[in-house]
Amino acid sequence: MTLASQAEISKEIEAAQAEYQAGLAAGQPEQTQPRLDYAPYRSSVLRHPTKNPKLVDPETIELWSPAYGERDVSPLEADLTIQHSGEPQGERMVVTGRVLDGDGRPVRNQLVEIWQANAGGRYIHQRDQHPAPLDPNFTGAGRCITNDNGEYRFTTIKPGAYPWRNHINAWRPAHIHFSLFGNAFTQRIVTQMYFPGDPLFPLDPIYQSIADQKARDRLVATYDHDLTTPEWSLGYRWDIVLTGPQRTWTEPEGDEL
Amino acid sequence: MSKLVGTPGQTVGPFFHYGMPFLGGPQIAEPHSPGAIVLTGRVLDGEGQPIPDAMVEIWQRDADGSIPRARSVLRRENQMFSNPVHRESHGFTGFGRAATDDHGVYRFWTVNPGAGDDGSAPFFAAIVFARGLLNKLHTRIYLPENADALGADPLLSVLTDDERATMVATRDERGWLHHDIRLQGDGETVFLAFN
Repeated sequence: MTLASQAEISKEIEAAQAEYQAGLAAGQPEQTQPRLDYAPYRSSVLRHPTKNPKLVDPETIELWSPAYGERDVSPLEADLTIQHSGEPQGERMVVTGRVLDGDGRPVRNQLVEIWQANAGGRYIHQRDQHPAPLDPNFTGAGRCITNDNGEYRFTTIKPGAYPWRNHINAWRPAHIHFSLFGNAFTQRIVTQMYFPGDPLFPLDPIYQSIADQKARDRLVATYDHDLTTPEWSLGYRWDIVLTGPQRTWTEPEGDEL
Repeated sequence: MSKLVGTPGQTVGPFFHYGMPFLGGPQIAEPHSPGAIVLTGRVLDGEGQPIPDAMVEIWQRDADGSIPRARSVLRRENQMFSNPVHRESHGFTGFGRAATDDHGVYRFWTVNPGAGDDGSAPFFAAIVFARGLLNKLHTRIYLPENADALGADPLLSVLTDDERATMVATRDERGWLHHDIRLQGDGETVFLAFN
């Protein structure tokens, strides 16, 4: 298969965007989630359903989610810079934020998992063969449990942008993969957090698969100088909202140890 | 009605294998223990080709129909980062995670989910993620038995026979369950959005 140029992909992205804007003007609703059928992301062509999802009332099990407690993951797992004998290369950073439900209430005691490339834009994965160096002091995977305020916090290294083969000269904006559980299985998401002001945003079909600019902006962290530590690390803040039906909210039962 | 708009999803990408799977993730029940069964199948694309970089998660009632509250404790042996994360749980967690292999196959060890108090048809709640799939997909995998409960199920009863077949597993002579998930095309799995 011949790979398209960036210009061709950008043209497809712009066409999809123009179609979305025309739809909005004609009274169509805002699209706050990615399109699944989004050809500029070439791997999606054979991997998206062609039928609309069936709208269903959740059954009881779908209104619950797997149980975790704050001690179920070691606090060390939230620091991606201490997993080896030496310091990783790159820009040390902290990312923290709150996990909220659609009513703004904290999602407590839930698992947050992240994985990412190193500072050079290389994943420690056999399938990633691009010629940036692996860092012997950085694996790039972490996890934590949200606290009583629904907060998570990771210490890591700012990931680099990296090339991929969607099209010629395709580069992903720097990002951290996030996996989250809500209070209900309906709320489960896997997503990617981006960094403010990335010049690759307009060129990236994965980020652009979310048609609405306001929705895309929800994936971009905010630089927060109050989270920055002198002589140590830069700070980013990123809150996450997990919508989807859940059971009637009750006060937490406390840490059931 | 939600006051806040949800954070958008994004594809799990090709490199989730060192971030998401953990040892014991596909084992909700001890393999070969009494009552344990395998739930397995392939994840397929629009040309019927297996997807080797997909991930399937299931969440289910216990065999007695209860909602599992046992916790998954994720830890490393001796707190050494060189040791992989594995799951220790005391009791039935009801949650499993399996990456597909080179042949697009996922495989869990679990138990048959029981029915709720209302006698509704038992199923595994399932979510599929994959490289090339821009957001999660929810579906259900129903047990093939109990035709009355299946017939009365509010979802299954509004589906065509073909659609319904994409949500009901088949059982072999060992009692194991087989269920392919097709993201697109002939026999496309019915995926769900929740009210």
